[in-house]
Amino acid sequence: MSNVGIVIVSHSPLVAEGTADMVRQMVGEEVPLAWCGGNGHGGLGTNVEAIMGAIDKAWSEAGVAILVDLGGAETNSEMAVEMIGEPRAQKIIVCNAPIVEGAVMAATESSGGASLKEVVATAHELSPS
Amino acid sequence: MAALNLARLIAVAADTIAAHAEELTALDQAIGDGDHGLNMKRGFEAVRAEADAFAAKPLPDALKAIGTKLVMTVGGASGPLFGTLFMALGKEIAADPDRNNLAAAFGKAIEAVAARGKSQIGQKTMLDVLQPVHDALAGGKTAAEIADVADAAAEATMPMKALRGRASFLGERSIGHMDAGARSTALLVRSVGQAIGESA
Repeated sequence: MSNVGIVIVSHSPLVAEGTADMVRQMVGEEVPLAWCGGNGHGGLGTNVEAIMGAIDKAWSEAGVAILVDLGGAETNSEMAVEMIGEPRAQKIIVCNAPIVEGAVMAATESSGGASLKEVVATAHELSPS
Repeated sequence: MAALNLARLIAVAADTIAAHAEELTALDQAIGDGDHGLNMKRGFEAVRAEADAFAAKPLPDALKAIGTKLVMTVGGASGPLFGTLFMALGKEIAADPDRNNLAAAFGKAIEAVAARGKSQIGQKTMLDVLQPVHDALAGGKTAAEIADVADAAAEATMPMKALRGRASFLGERSIGHMDAGARSTALLVRSVGQAIGESA
């Protein structure tokens, strides 16, 4: 698929899955989408391996935008991008945006064929600088 | 410096983290999300499970592999932060480091942790222990002295206001509590000193 992929990373699998449901409702199957949440041991948290898996699942040659909730999700997502390495890493961006609104807005932008830069900019507009 | 017995060092570090897991969790519950003790214990038990394989590698490769294992198993923001510390240390260290090389590599590793956490000294984080430990190491202190420096530095995070991580949400209310990551860093520094002391 040529549209930018969206990855949702929350500390809670319920939040991640629910956010993905809201994205799907907006854009259907037009946007590659994956989510992950939880520490991999049944608790709240985020997990680098799961994030790498979600990036693989939502991979698009147009790039992938990652939406995160709290700090650890951001740090772990950045670590995952680094471990995936180049050349793919330069096409993956962790967005600074609220997770639900950011994911829905970014996916809507992506479904129209926007570039990674445009998708990320749309998400970033939601965050007061 | 005395030859490093990495398998022994891993065992001492994992024992120390396990023995203090509840304390670390309690510190983290006060001003964080309360998972630090459990997360660190899980990570260091995973490292312990493969200690012989790590110890069989040249030191730089072993440290990088330990870092990767911590990234994958600790979870929470601590995984990438402690993982980056070991991975960067492995990248910079010599196979048979002297004190100068160790101090220089440790300095680079601290920079990598600061970049990963988008943090700096004085924000009530593990960096507030790592930097004084580096300075003590570079300044020729003994392992026991360095461990004392680490403990004092962790204590010194108590009056600080958290500016990074979950504790920063509490603002002024983070004052008066020791940072859990600073405490676990001090515990690890003492473990390393203890393991090196045994083989000296």
